[in-house]
Amino acid sequence: MSDPVTALNHLSSGDGIAHIAEIGPLGMITLRGDLRARAIQAAAISIGRVEFPEMRHCNSAGENGIAWMSPDELLVMCPYAEVGEALTKMNTTLAGQHALAVNVSDARAVFQVTGPYLREVLAKLAPVDLDPGVFTPGMFRRTRLAQVPAAFWMRDDQTAQIICFRSVAKYVFDLLCMAAQPGSEVNHF
Amino acid sequence: MDKMLTLTCPCCNVTAEETEFHAGGEAHLKRFGPGSSDDEFESYLFTRKNPKGVHFERWRHNNGCGKWFHVARCTTSLEVFASYPAQTYAPPEDILVHIDTRRPGWRAKT
Repeated sequence: MSDPVTALNHLSSGDGIAHIAEIGPLGMITLRGDLRARAIQAAAISIGRVEFPEMRHCNSAGENGIAWMSPDELLVMCPYAEVGEALTKMNTTLAGQHALAVNVSDARAVFQVTGPYLREVLAKLAPVDLDPGVFTPGMFRRTRLAQVPAAFWMRDDQTAQIICFRSVAKYVFDLLCMAAQPGSEVNHF
Repeated sequence: MDKMLTLTCPCCNVTAEETEFHAGGEAHLKRFGPGSSDDEFESYLFTRKNPKGVHFERWRHNNGCGKWFHVARCTTSLEVFASYPAQTYAPPEDILVHIDTRRPGWRAKT
């Protein structure tokens, strides 16, 4: 079998006020259905291996996690190598349910932005209040980065993880590098 | 007064400025399809209120949860009176009452 290749081959930049790196490949499954249904929650938890997230939150541990995407959609994350098996298992759990599970791993790109200025880097690109008292680690936000849709959450105070469509990976990487260019600290937060 | 149009999505409770959303035009239109008169069909397709003041609109949270919803706002001040779910044929009464307090007499103008 051929080896999976990420969109940017793990391109990274550490020149600016935050470190930006493409990571992955990461196993990602879009799961849609009634999020209150026990079978859907069980299917998500069995693969994501974290607690079921509250509205607009993401619980993550290593490569596993569950992100709340919309009132009827989750993103379930797992190691890339396990995604095929995970999908089969999920579909078994979901048998008879009105639900949809799709492997979107190869249709997404994933970035990590790290450093004390990551809130400023994101705030320059997204219409989101990134004040430390408002957007806290564990919260998940689907929004836009400049002109393209993206989603992100903070794993901790110094680490943000971003998911975007694979086709705009280079655009998003360039945006992040520009927002983090040397000397561009605003010192707002 | 807000310097940008700031909306709250009633489906995911996110509050963001308008660029995270997409405008869907006037709300609560009644469709006139096959069997209707030419005038009704033309009015359904093309004739919009376009008021200076209170307006009811459809919006979609296209860069967020992806859901459609309704917004009651003022077209001149960008004041948003309320947002409410898409699954309704008319604005909820409590929102109309709230607009009465903000824009007395507005109902006579629409």
